Amino acid sequence: MKLVGEKGVQRILMITALSAISSLLLIALFIFSEGLPFIFKYGAGNFLLANEWDPNTGHFGIFPMIMSSVWVTLGAMVVGAPLGIAGAIFLSEYASPIIMKIVKPTIELLAAIPSVVYGFIGVMVLAPVIRNNLGGPGLSLLAGCIILGIMILPTVISISIDSILAVPRSYREGSLALGATTWQTTHMVTIKAARSGIVASIILGLGRAIGETMAVIMVAGNSVNIPNSALDSVRTLTANIALEMSYATGMHREALFATGVILFIIIMILNSIASVAIRNRNAKK
Amino acid sequence: MEKQSSAEYIINIKNLDLFYGKFQALIAVDMLAQKNMITALIGPSGCGKSTLLRCLNRMNDLIRGVKITGKIEINNLDIYSKSTDVTELRKNVGMVFQRPNPFPLSIYDNVVYGLRVAGIRNKTELDEIAEKSLRGAWLWDQVKDKLNHPGLELPLDQQQRLCIARLLAVQPEVILMDEPCSSLDPIATMKIEELMIELKKEYTIVIVTHNMQQASRVSDFTGYMLLGEMIEFDKTVNIFTRPANKLTEEYISGKYG
Ligand SMILES: Nc1ncnc2c1ncn2[C@@H]1O[C@H](COP(=O)(O)OP(=O)(O)OP(=O)(O)O)[C@@H](O)[C@H]1O
Ligand SMILES: [Mg+2]
Repeated sequence: MKLVGEKGVQRILMITALSAISSLLLIALFIFSEGLPFIFKYGAGNFLLANEWDPNTGHFGIFPMIMSSVWVTLGAMVVGAPLGIAGAIFLSEYASPIIMKIVKPTIELLAAIPSVVYGFIGVMVLAPVIRNNLGGPGLSLLAGCIILGIMILPTVISISIDSILAVPRSYREGSLALGATTWQTTHMVTIKAARSGIVASIILGLGRAIGETMAVIMVAGNSVNIPNSALDSVRTLTANIALEMSYATGMHREALFATGVILFIIIMILNSIASVAIRNRNAKK
Repeated sequence: MEKQSSAEYIINIKNLDLFYGKFQALIAVDMLAQKNMITALIGPSGCGKSTLLRCLNRMNDLIRGVKITGKIEINNLDIYSKSTDVTELRKNVGMVFQRPNPFPLSIYDNVVYGLRVAGIRNKTELDEIAEKSLRGAWLWDQVKDKLNHPGLELPLDQQQRLCIARLLAVQPEVILMDEPCSSLDPIATMKIEELMIELKKEYTIVIVTHNMQQASRVSDFTGYMLLGEMIEFDKTVNIFTRPANKLTEEYISGKYG
């Protein structure tokens, strides 16, 4: 007995899909409608480029937070991208298929560890090591970079592996048949062919790093200032929203929404670049 | 077949067995290939032609679970001995694949790839060899004005000749070709065949082909394989006019495969 006909299934799926999409759209709409008026009222230049953030006196310059986010994200790249790409190359080109079958899902599982756990490890292990060996408060830009660098590894590794494995076997065979070693083949042909996918993996990692909140709040120290050194305490855009949202009202609240708008735009730009890169890879077959 | 001293044979395969795991793909294969000759391997699909060819530059090493016994000598050196440098072997025994497989690099970078791999960096030397190799593969006139263009932009037959040029650049002695024309149209095929006849002045060629006319047109020696065995190996004229084995005769006359 058929409970729901083909038509019915189709309709249910369509309603589900539409509600998913519309809730995302509503969130975006909400953030923009709350945040954009503030940007116009306060002035985009004042908002984005001023150094002072003091809600009590009505100063809402987010430049220090923008710089902190940029530095934390770049630092996370410096830590995570080389490690992740090297790991992807090892797993796809050197490791036996069995190791690959075990390690790749394990790494992807790392993405499922809640960020508060990464933050906890950062506070308990990393921050004291930094404080004792390098000085400063320990909870710092450097700690943020390292923790985020580790957090983006699953993204970088798994997308890089996919794009390296998508390189046709015939390229590798052609290269090996000319007397190239595996390493020569890897860096002269395979990586070049997989380049756009690898770039996409880094950009998606970047998006992840810039949007990460909990771990950064826990390890980066959260002082509002433009960092002078890697050992300074910093506050990112995301941390700023999360830390102040619970008690913000009026202009202050609107300024936090506006911060959300800026984040939203940055991440949208990064993701579009990544999807263009991935599409390039698929077109170049 | 007149007696010849074994020194004239550049390739000498003796009693070769090859297993893919438990499956035996080559059974006691013997074969000789003479210098500056074209040797063709024919036989129905799955009989082991490609497998045999890929033994000659040890490309089968890349496949897990392959086991090989017997002997292959190239220039009287056992290529499966422990002291063999596989990368050197592959420079000496080049391979052209069934589907043209230029790298996703420029035409120029494709041609000089093997040289760069070998550590040659001198620009004038690379330029010289690139031109010579492209001329050798009858491709220079078509590509001389667009050496920076991607190799994959070329039409298929030119891609295949680019792959040949890329081999010529490293100056191998032997060129292995695994159905090099199977993705090409008849005119492009003719051109590759003419090129092969030109190339054999300097190189020794072993070609796998499904196309019996092709084998009879270009090759000097032909081996007929069936289910992993070398059924008959002789001068091409003999194979195609008076085969000694009944199985060969059946295949040649089109009763099989
Ligand atoms: N990597 C492999 N693993 C297991 N078996 C294989 C492998 N490669 C080939 N074989 C088997 O070995 C036999 C010979 O294959 P091979 O590719 O050498 O045949 P071929 O004569 O070149 O055929 P074709 O004319 O179709 O190219 C076939 O039965 C094939 O299924
Ligand atoms: Mg084959």
